[in-house]
Amino acid sequence: MLKVENMNVYYGAIHAIRNVSLEVLQGEIVTLIGANGAGKSTVLQTISGLMRSKTGDIAFMDENIAAVTPHKIVERGLAHVPEGRRIFLRMTVRENLEMGAYTRHGSEVQEALEKVYQLFPRLLERRKQIAGTLSGGEQQMLAMGRALMSRPKLLMLDEPSMGLAPILVEQIFSIIEDMNKNGVTILLVEQNAQIALSIADRGYVLETGSIIMSGTGHELSQSDDIRKAYLGG
Amino acid sequence: MVYGIAKMLNFAHGDVIMIGAYVCFFSLLHWNIPTVFAIILAMIICTALGVLIERLAYKPLRAAPSLAVLITAIGVSYFLQNAAQLLWTSSPKVFPSVLGDTSLRLFGGQLSVSMISVVTVAACIVIMLGLTWFTGKTKTGKAMRACSEDKGAAQLMGINVNLTISVTFAIGAALAAVAGVLLCSAYPMLMPTTGAMPGIKAFTAAVFGGIGSIPGAMLGGILLGLIEIFGKAYISTQLSDAIVFAVLIIVLLVKPAGLLGKQVREKV
Ligand SMILES: Nc1ncnc2c1ncn2[C@@H]1O[C@H](COP(=O)(O)OP(=O)(O)OP(=O)(O)O)[C@@H](O)[C@H]1O
Ligand SMILES: [Mg+2]
Repeated sequence: MLKVENMNVYYGAIHAIRNVSLEVLQGEIVTLIGANGAGKSTVLQTISGLMRSKTGDIAFMDENIAAVTPHKIVERGLAHVPEGRRIFLRMTVRENLEMGAYTRHGSEVQEALEKVYQLFPRLLERRKQIAGTLSGGEQQMLAMGRALMSRPKLLMLDEPSMGLAPILVEQIFSIIEDMNKNGVTILLVEQNAQIALSIADRGYVLETGSIIMSGTGHELSQSDDIRKAYLGG
Repeated sequence: MVYGIAKMLNFAHGDVIMIGAYVCFFSLLHWNIPTVFAIILAMIICTALGVLIERLAYKPLRAAPSLAVLITAIGVSYFLQNAAQLLWTSSPKVFPSVLGDTSLRLFGGQLSVSMISVVTVAACIVIMLGLTWFTGKTKTGKAMRACSEDKGAAQLMGINVNLTISVTFAIGAALAAVAGVLLCSAYPMLMPTTGAMPGIKAFTAAVFGGIGSIPGAMLGGILLGLIEIFGKAYISTQLSDAIVFAVLIIVLLVKPAGLLGKQVREKV
């Protein structure tokens, strides 16, 4: 479904991503884990077109999207929940969701809205509230619901556990599994390697811009190196 | 509005107002076009001009530091003033009264208000309501608000940010044409520099009221007008502009978000 080949991304003189290649198959949950500053967010931003790779190709649904503008990429069915959620704080919950459906028209919007409210009943309750006044967990739900409004085939999530209490993290991750069962393929970026690997089919480990290891979720969580570096022994 | 979304000071806004007034002036006096069509023509030309300025001067600089954009905007402002001077000379033109000299007498003739003031206030209210409806209820309007908050996130929603900014400029320029006609009906001296001061003052009003808030801009405008008039009456005529800018500086120091500006707490 998604195939990244030989990605190299620079911030000025800083070579942030080095020869990264990865693949996500239809129906999978794939996780990209790594420490602070490893380049995880940069990889996602480059896939969604906010940054550009100097080399290689990015194929989504067998079409090259490496030079496609971000808003066209969304239209093709690739949604991205950015790090820090980036919901529109001055707009209402409902308006945020409508923006998520910007590329969709007519009855599709209403259908998507009903599905999202079903998945997140809390958002239905709070639909008229200004997003900036939501709690952290509600904001994460809104960010995910907003991305689902575009009816994506592939959803990329950047650190959905950030800043949330353990119980909320569990709730969010069970929603991610639900979304996946409903047919959405997931590319998940996490620092919390343990929980990410527990739900992932496969994973990649990123260190200072390069992929140093990959395997199934189970293999990675059993690997000694990973346990030492990311799972606290 | 343009500032809120494009995060740039459009210093040339006042000069678009001036061009709108000139277009209206020539179509009324030289081509004898009926008033309504003259205003519509001015709006069309200003819209085209606004989009053109945005495309040529500002769009290439979207990723550039804001100082570079600011300097470009000042450059565009001077360019428009000088172009107007070349085309129409710098000698002041007496703007024809669009509404005649009628005035409205209220309370048995005790209070007389000129027709143009009434029309101006009415037009402002209509425009304000229109903009509030547009940004609150339409898809494009909401997309503008989304862009003004977070361009990157807006892109991830599938919003064409460049197009949305262009539309914002177009609307701003069309309204500038209306402002030009109203301004020159109230103060019938039209020169290439006519737009410069009102442009800066309009920006001051917007900052005063709270950037990005449409009712705030209107409130700011009214308060600023009152301050200016009382300043002229009680302090000094020459200093009235200085007083206006002093107020701007004080507002920015005390309440940077403006009177009705919303400060949103960000959660991480
Ligand atoms: N706008 C920028 N300008 C310059 N350097 C940047 C910029 N954004 C990121 N970087 C650098 O690129 C590298 C990768 O950053 P990135 O945000 O992708 O890391 P990350 O893996 O997402 O980290 P975190 O887990 O902290 O979110 C870092 O060294 C960072 O300092
Ligand atoms: Mg990151």
